Amino acid sequence: MIDLAFIWAMLIAFAILAYVILDGFDLGIGILFPLLDDKRQRDTAMNTVAPIWDGNETWLVLGGGGLFAVFPLAYAVIMPALYAPIIAMLIGLIFRGVAFEYRWRSERWQWFWDWSFSAGSVVAALTQGIMLGALLQGIKVVDRAYAGGWFDWLTPFSILCGVAVVIGYGLLGATWLIMKTDEALQNRAFALAWPTAIGTLAMIAVVSLWTPFLDEDYMRRWFAWPAILYVVPVPLLVLAAAANLYVGLRDCREFRPFLSSIALFVLCFAGLGISFYPHIAPPSITIWNAAAPDTSLAFLLTGAVVLLPMIIGYTAYACWVFRGKVRSGEGYH
Amino acid sequence: MDASLAVDLARIQFALTVSLHIIFPSFSIGLASYLAVLEALWLVTGRQVYLDTFKYWLKVFAVAFAMGVVSGIVMSYQFGTNWSVFADKTGPVLGPLMGYEVLSAFFLEAGFLGVMLFGLNRVGKTLHFTATLIVAVGTLLSAFWILSVNSWMQTPGGYAINAAGQFVPTDWWEVVFNASFPYRLVHMVLAAYLTTAFVVGAVGAWHLLKDAKNESAGVMFSMAMWMAALVAPIQIVAGDMHGLNTLQHQPAKIAAMEGHFETQRGAPLILFGIPDDEAETTRYAVEVPKLGSFILTHDWNGEVKGLKAWPKADRPPAIIVFWSFRIMVGLGMLMVLIGIWSLIARLRGRLMNSPVLHRAAIVMGPSGFVAVLAGWVTTEVGRQPYTVYGLLRTTESAAPIDAPAVASSLAVFAVVYLIVFGAGVIYLLRLMSQPPVPGEPDSDAGKPIRSAGITPAFGLSPGTDKSEAQGRW
Repeated sequence: MIDLAFIWAMLIAFAILAYVILDGFDLGIGILFPLLDDKRQRDTAMNTVAPIWDGNETWLVLGGGGLFAVFPLAYAVIMPALYAPIIAMLIGLIFRGVAFEYRWRSERWQWFWDWSFSAGSVVAALTQGIMLGALLQGIKVVDRAYAGGWFDWLTPFSILCGVAVVIGYGLLGATWLIMKTDEALQNRAFALAWPTAIGTLAMIAVVSLWTPFLDEDYMRRWFAWPAILYVVPVPLLVLAAAANLYVGLRDCREFRPFLSSIALFVLCFAGLGISFYPHIAPPSITIWNAAAPDTSLAFLLTGAVVLLPMIIGYTAYACWVFRGKVRSGEGYH
Repeated sequence: MDASLAVDLARIQFALTVSLHIIFPSFSIGLASYLAVLEALWLVTGRQVYLDTFKYWLKVFAVAFAMGVVSGIVMSYQFGTNWSVFADKTGPVLGPLMGYEVLSAFFLEAGFLGVMLFGLNRVGKTLHFTATLIVAVGTLLSAFWILSVNSWMQTPGGYAINAAGQFVPTDWWEVVFNASFPYRLVHMVLAAYLTTAFVVGAVGAWHLLKDAKNESAGVMFSMAMWMAALVAPIQIVAGDMHGLNTLQHQPAKIAAMEGHFETQRGAPLILFGIPDDEAETTRYAVEVPKLGSFILTHDWNGEVKGLKAWPKADRPPAIIVFWSFRIMVGLGMLMVLIGIWSLIARLRGRLMNSPVLHRAAIVMGPSGFVAVLAGWVTTEVGRQPYTVYGLLRTTESAAPIDAPAVASSLAVFAVVYLIVFGAGVIYLLRLMSQPPVPGEPDSDAGKPIRSAGITPAFGLSPGTDKSEAQGRW
């Protein structure tokens, strides 16, 4: 059924995926920040994302604002259900966001803003993973409102998803640095890419195998015959992307590791989509339950059709302006 | 009991986060336009002083903008975390407006901010100016959409209510251009411009006091005083029109602003007093007879409604609204006075050599922020007890979050905002305490930490070569 609600579900999914990939690599740099060798490397690593992090984070605002606009019921149910992790994520994003400016403004306190950059990034990544895990577990809804407890989100599974996202963003950050830097920092990034790559793949495996046991619906979707025929390309492509990542890292290629890591994220996202669809807040709220009336969906879609391509265009332009390697001592600041 | 405590805590949290958010956009809206004007002046006249002034404020803009972005993300999630019933009910109407804000304004600002901050030597003057202009337009578009949202909550229009109890749009034009929106938009954008003008004016005055020959400080002060002289009087007219619009649509708010409890003909203008909501009277009132009716109805004996015309449960708390309104108006009057004073000094050719005026301008530096906050307190407290005026009560809008959970998040926000915005304000003040210098560097290059992070960017500053800067790539 392709109708407005379906189109919007795809668009919101796209916004979230864009956010995960784009903010993933700059949160990843924050996650790897303490593991870099020295201050010069940290300065340079931060400068690779300084001109674009703000645009990257805007996709998160689109995800939240878009959900409010087109699936208000989902927004009204998910936000209270994930109250603590969302507040923690916002606090994390505040600390790492201001660090981009503040760490250049005070020598004495630079250590503090470096830590706020790093810890903020870890907290944001961890809580995003926890939220994903909590959504997969399902949210209890009665009478258009969240009806669960305040710590329903906190389970071994959600913590595992949180750790998975931290490691995964670390991989995106490391492979981004491989692409954007050279010499000592690039070597360091290669060294960090290996363990994060192995960790990411291990986490993908564990989460993928655990998910079907959360709910019979997931089990049927992934393992029932003939459904399995439709979904089996996803794990196969994950293996292909993993192999590509391995080759890229082994041969010290500059672009291939980053692109392969993105491919891994896209495939995981597709896998999540298969598990979720047609729900937006499993197990009870589907995209059609949650959708705003067609007049709202159509009104915003009209603008989105025009504006989204423009946004992608000028985002690409901004990346083009700041293309190439960033070296120590020639950051943007 | 517990539920009402949770709602009160959620209200305090929203008030805290939105108040600390609003001061950054109201500064960056004005500053973005100011930067665009400065860069345009530089491109047209070729005078170095405009580029210096541009670069000086660009550094301030970067810090203020980052603070606005991070505090803004909190807002976009808080409707759901703490006001989920409101979100569910108003989402179909207000969500798309916010969606348009993100799509048409936030991405635009974020996409071109990087080029504006770091890209002058990469893209050249014309494209860089375009980026600056786009960022300025983005801030104004953002104001357009979010004020439309706020205005709809004050004066809802173009909606119906569906079976699930949601507001659903029936006429988008009436939703976006609802009854109070044009007035609120004009009033707020002018407020943002005045806020920036008084900050810029104070910084210019500060550095003129130390060095009356500082050309860049002179440019800042002169431009800021033109804004004070021209825009502050316009703002008073715009504010008056906004007030008359409010009288038409939210008379209870006006009654609270005026401290009127009794409905009367020939109502006095209460200058000062202490409204007492319990006793339903304004104590120690200093009044001008009949002037209240004249201002509000343009008739000396016109009838003005008092708060007693509404049941107690439907009234806003008069004491807050009464005083926040007077703070805003008082500051507006002082701004006009500064503007007139500067005109006189200018006519006498003493604008750059008037230490008393400079000191006054420094004292008035933060006045815009205080006036903006006082104005928002007036309009937001004045529309209580509703979130959607007359239709959805604040107490019925909150999320089903227990008081301890809200109390915890409120405590965390309070501490975090204190640290983060406290540090931010210190850094902003430190940047602004540096005198603007000819050949203004792109960042505070004198400090050792900058040696690693600095770029010879803005290849137009002396000693760097554009082709060299680009050759590395």
